[in-house]
Amino acid sequence: MPETSAGTLTTPAKPAKQKPGGTLYRGREGMWSWVLHRITGVAIFFFLLVHILDTALVRVSPEAYNAVIGTYQTPIMGLGEVALVGAIVFHAFNGLRIILVDFWSWATRHQKVLFWIVIALWVVTMLAFTPRHLINVFSH
Amino acid sequence: MTAIETSALKPADRPRRRGINLEKWGWIYMRASGVVLIVLIFGHLFMNLMVGDGVKAIDFGFVGGKWADPFWQWWDVLMLWLALIHGANGMRTIVNDYTNPGVVQKVLKGALFAAAAVLIILGTLVVFTFEPCPVGAPADLLPSFCAA
Repeated sequence: MPETSAGTLTTPAKPAKQKPGGTLYRGREGMWSWVLHRITGVAIFFFLLVHILDTALVRVSPEAYNAVIGTYQTPIMGLGEVALVGAIVFHAFNGLRIILVDFWSWATRHQKVLFWIVIALWVVTMLAFTPRHLINVFSH
Repeated sequence: MTAIETSALKPADRPRRRGINLEKWGWIYMRASGVVLIVLIFGHLFMNLMVGDGVKAIDFGFVGGKWADPFWQWWDVLMLWLALIHGANGMRTIVNDYTNPGVVQKVLKGALFAAAAVLIILGTLVVFTFEPCPVGAPADLLPSFCAA
């Protein structure tokens, strides 16, 4: 019963004013940019751990490195790389948005519009990357 | 004499802590390293995934060819250091957000620190001690300059 359990969480003394979207941040662009920044950041961190270890295999032998990097060239991993690049590109552009919001009062006031600019730039970048990458993965 | 006002001081009245403010420098580091990382990682992705046959072209010979140039060695090492510290510090923020002070929090932060330290040392050693033409390896797996 999600309704009941959620109901017990709210403090009864508070006026029923705070509903999602009723505050500056909650449920709106600011919150979603924060959520996505976290999720993409964690995903990129764990990929980075693996990626340093697989690259370190060049120090073991050419055969060991080629065997592992060969798995990056399979169709499934190729799709995974689209997701990875998508996460990196969002984290990069939204990181720039965070810096602008921190240092520039105009950007602080217009953080919502900047979120949609981040999304637009993300779409453009992914349109440039994805077809070329998938052609590399699925041809040859 | 009645009670003095509640003793909670406003932030501005609180006595300033002495010494360097590590959290402030962490905040600055995330932004400064983030901007540099955008250049380094976008360049890395472009060179490895967009140019030529992209991911299909990556093998031992490809890496050997890249790291024959000190430019790409330093590019990758700088990326390694900045990215791991940026990532580990971001994870530390998340640990602070979702755990209470205590043993679990200490263990998680210790694991983050250990992982970052070990991988930074490992990665730096790999880049600078890399042997592009190992003795006895099949020539067709090596960069073309090994034949000479």
